[in-house]
Amino acid sequence: MKFTLKIWRQTGPDAQGELVTYPIEDVTDDMSFLEMLDVLNEQLIGRGDEPVAFDSDCREGICGMCGLMISGEAHGPEVTTTCQLHMRSFTDGDTITVEPWRAEAFPIVRDLVVDRSAFDRIIEAGGFISVNTGAAPEAHSVPVPKANADRAFEAAKCIGCGACVAACPNASAMLFMGAKVTHLGETPQGQPERDSRVVSMVNQADFEGFGGCTNIGECSSACPKEIPLDVISTLNADFRSSRKSQR
Amino acid sequence: MTSLVDGLYRKGEPIRDTKAPDVDITKMWTQAKFDNRLVNPANRRKLSVIIVGTGLAGGAAAATLGEAGYNVKTFCYQDSPRRAHSIAAQGGINAAKNYNDDGDSTYRLFYDTVKGGDYRSRETNVYRLAEVSTNIIDQCVAQGVPFARDYGGLLDNRSFGGVQVARTFYAAGQTGQQLLIGAYQAMERQVAAGSVQSFTRHEMLEVIVVDGKARGIIARDMVTGEVETHLADAVVLASGGYGNVFFLSTNAMGSNVTATWRAHRKGALFGNPCYTQIHPTCIPVSGDHQSKLTLMSESLRNDGRIWVPKNREDCDKDPRDIAEEDRDYYLERIYPAFGNLVPRDIASRQAKNVCDEGRGVGPLVGDFRRGVYLDFSSALARMSEEQVSEKYGNLFDMYERITGESPYKVPMRIYPAVHYTMGGLWVDYDLETTIPGLFAAGEANFSDHGANRLGASSLMQCLADGYFVLPNTIRQYLADGPFEPVAEDAPEVIEAQQSVQQRIDTLLSINGERTVDSFHKELGHVMWEYCGMERSEEGLRKAIGLIRGLREEFWRNVRVLGAADTLNQSLEKAGRVADFLELGELMCIDALHRRESCGGHFRAESQTEDGEALRHDDEFAYVAAWGFGGDEDTGALVPTLHKEDLTYKFIELKQRSYK
Ligand SMILES: Cc1cc2nc3c(=O)[nH]c(=O)nc-3n(C[C@H](O)[C@H](O)[C@H](O)COP(=O)(O)OP(=O)(O)OC[C@H]3O[C@@H](n4cnc5c(N)ncnc54)[C@H](O)[C@@H]3O)c2cc1C
Ligand code: SF4
Ligand code: FES
Repeated sequence: MKFTLKIWRQTGPDAQGELVTYPIEDVTDDMSFLEMLDVLNEQLIGRGDEPVAFDSDCREGICGMCGLMISGEAHGPEVTTTCQLHMRSFTDGDTITVEPWRAEAFPIVRDLVVDRSAFDRIIEAGGFISVNTGAAPEAHSVPVPKANADRAFEAAKCIGCGACVAACPNASAMLFMGAKVTHLGETPQGQPERDSRVVSMVNQADFEGFGGCTNIGECSSACPKEIPLDVISTLNADFRSSRKSQR
Repeated sequence: MTSLVDGLYRKGEPIRDTKAPDVDITKMWTQAKFDNRLVNPANRRKLSVIIVGTGLAGGAAAATLGEAGYNVKTFCYQDSPRRAHSIAAQGGINAAKNYNDDGDSTYRLFYDTVKGGDYRSRETNVYRLAEVSTNIIDQCVAQGVPFARDYGGLLDNRSFGGVQVARTFYAAGQTGQQLLIGAYQAMERQVAAGSVQSFTRHEMLEVIVVDGKARGIIARDMVTGEVETHLADAVVLASGGYGNVFFLSTNAMGSNVTATWRAHRKGALFGNPCYTQIHPTCIPVSGDHQSKLTLMSESLRNDGRIWVPKNREDCDKDPRDIAEEDRDYYLERIYPAFGNLVPRDIASRQAKNVCDEGRGVGPLVGDFRRGVYLDFSSALARMSEEQVSEKYGNLFDMYERITGESPYKVPMRIYPAVHYTMGGLWVDYDLETTIPGLFAAGEANFSDHGANRLGASSLMQCLADGYFVLPNTIRQYLADGPFEPVAEDAPEVIEAQQSVQQRIDTLLSINGERTVDSFHKELGHVMWEYCGMERSEEGLRKAIGLIRGLREEFWRNVRVLGAADTLNQSLEKAGRVADFLELGELMCIDALHRRESCGGHFRAESQTEDGEALRHDDEFAYVAAWGFGGDEDTGALVPTLHKEDLTYKFIELKQRSYK
């Protein structure tokens, strides 16, 4: 297959960026999108041009490190991560635009690489259960009903990729936070800090410059782990009840 | 200087672990925790620890040491600690909880692990691992890790390759992710508390050794390119394994040997480098653009049946058209007691054998079909599609996404791939390397798995090391503090800084013809061909020559574009590949000197009449711990071999048999 790639190039956080056009040939349909970029980079280096910087690590859809806007869609046309998107999802001859995640809270580092450390700071603010090592009771001393365990697991699938933010017109991090709040809130262990957790996380997100949620739903449809939209309802409900309990 | 053995290495003094207390193995860890001196809480604030790596081992250690009140700095090369490679682990984590009352116990987990490692691991460390395994599950559950549960709300278990009890705890096919998120959250909690400082997108490139003790690291800020000095009272390397020396492996792209190799060059011995685990259930190679091989969790072997056609003529048929009597369920046939659950080394080698016989399936790669079927049709007949999907759904989806075929309809195709490295920095019972104050935890050390790692045992080891072992053993070292501060401009610091800077400058100035990746691929090819699933004297000697040639060419002809003071991914890769080019040679030398077959090391010259691995306990029941050395004129590695004899007091050495 042959493609015309239009790729965002930007040498540093403060540099002016632009879309640069690169034709590419001999792409096979079982290549992943990132493997196609690897091939392009080998060609660029061969010509003495600096390769395109992009993030990736596990290349199997679980670490959350990769993430590109591909022709305007977070992670591209399929519901998956960029590393698990395969070229068979495109049509021979397509022109494909490749850009970094766009959100004020995710500043560009170089080319397609952005800084998502704001997510770590949101977790730092309260996205955990406080238990010191060695202080845990016997695991079977607290049964967790299967329904709760399953919902906790479904929410815990979030890989922290940031596609939800990139897809949202408000650059909101509500799906990411909702996933964490739901994951921990569904377990008995997560109850004591339930109120303080949600408040601290939401405050931190505001501070980082993420926007609010206006129920558009782009986040959930772009999420490679199919985190359901109702985690945002849980987030909102927890937020409301925490304020009541503080009053 | 002693003369060269085989023209390749020197013989050094024997070594041994002197830290394990001399009491009955069941009392040893309790005794050690008691013997290790305490550091009072006020003094802990004056002590600092650097931890390189935030995977299960590093993240758990950082959280725990932070809670204890030490000043911790962590480093990882990803943009967030949560992305460490541990996140990819699918199958599960072992613990001797005996929740199923199926005869499990600490002793049985210990026994299975030593036996599974082909009697090439250290008894004392493994016993401790089995002992603390149960605490891990308690800890993770308390953190909110959503393990699979049954309808009564209790934890569910499954069994994993190589064992006959169900002791594996799991969270669908994402156990590693869930455990890592637990450790990461615990660590972030300490970041908020101010006891842990996390440096992301930082690559550790050198260890600082002052007065023979590890006192810090040199790291490159991968965004600004700044070469930074970080000093501390002790350094922990939890930087993962080096399977990426093979280029194609199940490891994440950034997994590397640099942290441990730099420490090795500074004097830390490297244990058993040639022990590589080849995982039997990976998606087969499909072409030469591939950047990695994807693992399909081995838990699939619980319900999937492995077979190839009995007749070569059937190999290109649709598997559904091959009659039951024309299928060879070769593992069930050869190993009736364990069937599809034989350990990984055996399952891998038998898959290779049937493919070498010409009975492989899938597309021709070269003139071979490199694949066997992993078939779920009988499971789907026994269970509903929903039940199967609940157990394996995400793995099935992943397979379908990569290959374009649905395992609900057509059997999966699998083939072995490089997965895990049992070798790593040599450590004693305290997880301390031969450089005082330098510790190694998780996959980065060599300690618990011997020549073969059983399924679900690495996650266990990483968390055991991180949460429970290291925080208790490092006390003994830190109790000597407060330590004399090291000056930022001490000669050892400047020397380390300059060597890093020089290496970066050299890499950027060569400006040759070949890309870094092309060297990495070529090295990987040599390693897989000659130091992969099967090794021979002739092949290994050839590989050593090829690697030396490739290394020489690398330093003359690599092309690394761009600058040092910016994000530069080719530069990052170049440094890693340079280290792999040295490690690869050491792996081959180690594989060559070990003229026996054991676990993940199969020497063609050492097999039984029916093709099973043949160990030689009389000659090789030792850990090979290599000291760094090189020949300045030829550029060849000239390592020194120190042997640690393995003595088994509690377990009788037997030839392994799964028949
Ligand atoms: C696909 C896959 C599936 C697996 N499934 C299982 C399973 O089901 N059960 C099981 O028990 N085991 C499994 N394993 C093995 C297990 O996941 C790993 O052995 C284990 O997670 C390693 O953890 P670690 O903490 O030692 O290192 P890692 O998690 O690899 O972390 C390494 C850390 O070191 C950092 N680092 C490395 N080098 C540097 C450097 N130079 N400078 C700075 N930072 C550095 C990285 O950023 C990272 O934070 C699996 C492995 C793979 C590849
Ligand atoms: S909620 Fe989905 S899209 Fe958002 S960070 Fe998590 S996995 Fe990515
Ligand atoms: S590279 Fe890990 S999710 Fe894509």
